[in-house]
Amino acid sequence: MNKTKRSIVCRCEDISEEDVLKAIDEGYTDLEELRKKLRIGMGPCQGRVCIQLVMKILERKTGKKIPKAALQTPRPPLVPVSLGTLAGEEK
Amino acid sequence: MKNKADVVIIGGGVNGCSLAYGLTRKGLDVVVVEKKYLASGATGACGAGIRQQWSTSENAELAIESVKIFEKLSKELGDDIEFRQGGYLITVHDENEMKQAEKNVAMQRSLGLKVDILKPDEINDVVPILDVNGMCAIGATFCQTDGHANPFKTTFAYAHAARENGAEINTYTNVVGLKTKNKELNAVVTDKGIVKTNVVVNAAGIDSKGIAEIVNLDLPLVPFRKEIMATERMKPLFDAMVISFKDGIYFSQQREGQIVGGIPIPEERSGYKTMPTISFMQHMSRTLTRYAPVLKHVNMLRHWTGFYDVTPDARPILGEVKELKGFIQCNGFSGHGFMLSPMVSKLLTDLIANNKTSDVLMSLNLSRFKGKKIEREMSVVG
Repeated sequence: MNKTKRSIVCRCEDISEEDVLKAIDEGYTDLEELRKKLRIGMGPCQGRVCIQLVMKILERKTGKKIPKAALQTPRPPLVPVSLGTLAGEEK
Repeated sequence: MKNKADVVIIGGGVNGCSLAYGLTRKGLDVVVVEKKYLASGATGACGAGIRQQWSTSENAELAIESVKIFEKLSKELGDDIEFRQGGYLITVHDENEMKQAEKNVAMQRSLGLKVDILKPDEINDVVPILDVNGMCAIGATFCQTDGHANPFKTTFAYAHAARENGAEINTYTNVVGLKTKNKELNAVVTDKGIVKTNVVVNAAGIDSKGIAEIVNLDLPLVPFRKEIMATERMKPLFDAMVISFKDGIYFSQQREGQIVGGIPIPEERSGYKTMPTISFMQHMSRTLTRYAPVLKHVNMLRHWTGFYDVTPDARPILGEVKELKGFIQCNGFSGHGFMLSPMVSKLLTDLIANNKTSDVLMSLNLSRFKGKKIEREMSVVG
């Protein structure tokens, strides 16, 4: 284990603040590009835990305010649902 | 923003970015204009698959050559694009499909592709979780060198390399006009400024039709909304992409462990509507759990939509149009833009930088839709 302190911003994909800062330094300064590079918001939480944090880090680092409209599109089913349940009864 | 360039590429998807990379390597001055962010259209919504098993030789040839480029691409671009060759398993469900499969395989083999026809009892050797009876499969075709790559990382890697070579990539920039003079292009007008250029590449996905309309060119593109879903992560279960032309389903397990796949819904209509549907979730879950019953306890996490820009023969429109000098098409991929992009951008680079054309490029020109009989690509899923 790495003994240095890691601040986790995305628990689903195990992404730390350092990972986000590194990606921003590499040129991923758009919230969507950052999300697609690091898979933030693609896990079971669907961005509820991480997106606000990543947005704040990005705003702090770039000094630019991110408009609310830039937030990711909500993607159904919003909470994890089993394929068996969604399949339901065949008619 | 630069006020002139050798080439302006409209569209920051995988094709626009890979072409920008190819052209800048030849020393050309390239400007890319993207209305949202990189890979925000079909590239970013796609299923990540790379397939060489086609029914038309043009698509097969483009795909075979693309795979050769994909194999070396991580090294070439200095960025891991997560390319892997787990194969594509195409399930066959009846005698008619088997006849078409045999015809396809013969053509693919003539191009040097290694592809096998599997008996039903050989299917589980490739993908153990499949229920061969539930799928009603009478066989399958399998090509081990088909596979996957990460579409975002591929696009970003191309864009990064293109920028290093001097390309200017402008995101959140809209094209509002194209200026012509004596039936020749001479500038692209955007909401951030005007770029003088004699070569414009229309690689704008479903928006390519609108771009062409600016210069009164009618592209036979129809947008089809496609839906696709991802499950939670699991341990590695199988390597191949599974597809069925009969049921329209495709699914595979991605590197991180999630299953990603899609299927058309029965009431599917063309159009620009983007909302995901409950019908898709039901139809996908029913078909997927019929193919692989063990997945019924697995959670679906999210599903999203993307667009196929579909042409009358499901093959792309490539190359310069006769109607306007300097106007190059790179669209109409009909759902296969990602997997064909390495070779497409190579051919278009040869055309733009060296004025070199090829048989494939000629046969995929827009002019093919005028009066002539066209051969339709049969091997389409999703």
